[in-house]
Amino acid sequence: MSKLSVENLHKKFGTHEVLKGISLEASTGDVISLIGSSGSGKSTLLRCMNLLEAPTEGRIFSSREELKLSRGRCGNLVASDLRQLERIRSKLAMVFQSFNLWAHMTVLQNVMLAPVHVQGLSKEEANERAEHYLQQVGLYERRDYYPAHLSGGQQQRAAIARALAVEPDVMLFDEPTSALDPELIGEVLRVMQKLATDGRTMIVVTHEMGFARNVSNHTIFLHQGRIEEEGDPAEILDRPASPRLQQFLAGSRK
Amino acid sequence: MNWQIVAENWQMFASGLATTIVLLLGAIVIGLLTAIPLSLMRVSKSRWLSWPVASLTFVIRGAPVVILLYLVYFGLGQLELVRESFLGPVLANATLCAVIALGISTAGYTAEIFAGCIQDLPHGEIEAAVSFGMPRMKIYRYVLVPAMFRRALPQYANEIILLLHATSLVSLITVIDLTGAARAVSALFYISFEPYLTIGAIYLVLSMATQRVFKNLERRFLRHLRPREANQAAAAPSIPANVRESTHEQTLG
Amino acid sequence: MFSDYVAMVLNGAWLTLGLAASALACSIAFGMVATTFKVSNSRALHRVVDGYTQVVRGIPDLVLMLIVFYGIPDVITSLGSLFGKSWQLNVPAFVAGSLALGFIFGAYMAETFRGALLAIPVGQIEAATAFGMTPTQVWTLVRLPQMVRYALPGFTNNWLTLVKGTAVVSVIGLQDVTFRAKYAAQATHEDFAFYIVSLLVYLALSAVSLLGLRRVSTRYRIGAASGAR
Repeated sequence: MSKLSVENLHKKFGTHEVLKGISLEASTGDVISLIGSSGSGKSTLLRCMNLLEAPTEGRIFSSREELKLSRGRCGNLVASDLRQLERIRSKLAMVFQSFNLWAHMTVLQNVMLAPVHVQGLSKEEANERAEHYLQQVGLYERRDYYPAHLSGGQQQRAAIARALAVEPDVMLFDEPTSALDPELIGEVLRVMQKLATDGRTMIVVTHEMGFARNVSNHTIFLHQGRIEEEGDPAEILDRPASPRLQQFLAGSRK
Repeated sequence: MNWQIVAENWQMFASGLATTIVLLLGAIVIGLLTAIPLSLMRVSKSRWLSWPVASLTFVIRGAPVVILLYLVYFGLGQLELVRESFLGPVLANATLCAVIALGISTAGYTAEIFAGCIQDLPHGEIEAAVSFGMPRMKIYRYVLVPAMFRRALPQYANEIILLLHATSLVSLITVIDLTGAARAVSALFYISFEPYLTIGAIYLVLSMATQRVFKNLERRFLRHLRPREANQAAAAPSIPANVRESTHEQTLG
Repeated sequence: MFSDYVAMVLNGAWLTLGLAASALACSIAFGMVATTFKVSNSRALHRVVDGYTQVVRGIPDLVLMLIVFYGIPDVITSLGSLFGKSWQLNVPAFVAGSLALGFIFGAYMAETFRGALLAIPVGQIEAATAFGMTPTQVWTLVRLPQMVRYALPGFTNNWLTLVKGTAVVSVIGLQDVTFRAKYAAQATHEDFAFYIVSLLVYLALSAVSLLGLRRVSTRYRIGAASGAR
């Protein structure tokens, strides 16, 4: 069952076209990894999916429901039905490179905010959910800490718990480990791996080839705004067909 | 020295002090209530919203408080249009005029302080709230304004002290606050040094009390920024390392 | 008639500016003394400055001015009667205003100067001493000029507040813009108009000062240095 898909997505920043006609579909249980060099458009693609960026052309579908778009003042497509956008966004959850936890709230409050104020859960229900997911990511003991008092890895795990708490159809990960010190990357990847084996639908922009190869079930390689190659991770990462992918992998191999 | 005159007339000073405090609180309320929406408009991307507010705060901050007081009490009261409207009786009352004028003054400065703090907010926090589908008003209420307030506390504390100073000018429009009481005593008994020094000391105490209040507010609301060690003592008891490991194992299955 | 009164109010601007300038000079003097105390190694001097700042923060401008204008002559007279003399001190309003405002803004200037000194990158001082300059030379050739550049934003803020602060001196009879506006308002019963006029004068003074700052700051290239709002 298709949970999130985009059709022929284009994105221009001024005269520079960053996305040149991308189509992709995420079905239930898919773990899609988006790889590519900086500037290839992977983060922009992800951010267009929940309309944090306004695409220039294209269509976006959430569970086969098309997001209503219209041409905005800046020339790009914006949501024409704000309620629909908010509803669709409440079924998606994003985990950011710089965590973006709300600094003035404790971890528990961070995780509870969206369930209570977007999904209308009662405080008790949200609290139950929050504690459940915090335990799942291993942060239950730190639920009353403020984000500034946690390590980077802990903050990202808290952000993941926050995303899990809205029980989204699809989870979007925007380079979740890129801002972490090397020794903290592991704990976050382990949590993400567990989510994948649990059957979550995930779209992950990442530089971690190990994760792409071992955890995701579909890998898309973006190059200069186009899908250069895509397919089974083991296939395309071990035996890359396109020369650009070969070059990219050679460069990223340590 | 004629300190006994001051002592004998302590009721005048007490009443003046009460008026000062009422004026201060009233102006704070008016100031805060108007400054929050004003600051949101000030940082809006729409020129139609930000420009008028910027002009308004420029005028308010460029005006001496004395002039604002005169404008509201004498100036507005003089206009026939205003006198005959529902505002007439309001503006005839000097104390209300004082609160309004002081409220306007502090609103202008506070709006600028808040606007600056909003611009300093990390954009990512707002983005995260947007990405969860949170409606705009809720984002303001639960993410933006609380974060802004906390950042604004030190500057706002300073603004309140200056507001306290500004209240001393209301005697110029016939309101008997603490300074008004001192001037009255001075005029009645032909002494100057004792009453003015007395109220000087009282203002000093008021100012230090206000600073203490804000220090406490900062301690509570800026808790999330203080160094870890200070907070960890107050947090949950630490779990022994092996237990923490096993929790992780369970997570990874 | 009306226009005569308006002209009178506008002319008050000279006195306002004059008072502001005079108070500025006093405040710079007070401020520099306080700054030198604060950067010295003497704990006692530090406490003196802290007390100074605390008093200025705690006592409203008007009250301080009333103390200087009425209170101090009062004390002089009382002291005189103690010795059986009839001393009288008449402090002119202009002097009382300058001293009171100068005293108040001296504390703000001290903060500005101190902040500016601290903002000078340490490397500059290190380089100067490494080249063999004496402490005095470091002060006059490196610290002072750099300090001016970093102090400019705070200095301008203080100046703007000072100009507005002069309005208070109208209470003790100085015929500045505010005093004249009140006089004109009471004479013609056109209160609203004249207070608007006086407001415009103060706004004009603000605007001109801000433009002046922009001109000076591009010369000193402040934007590159502070990166402040």
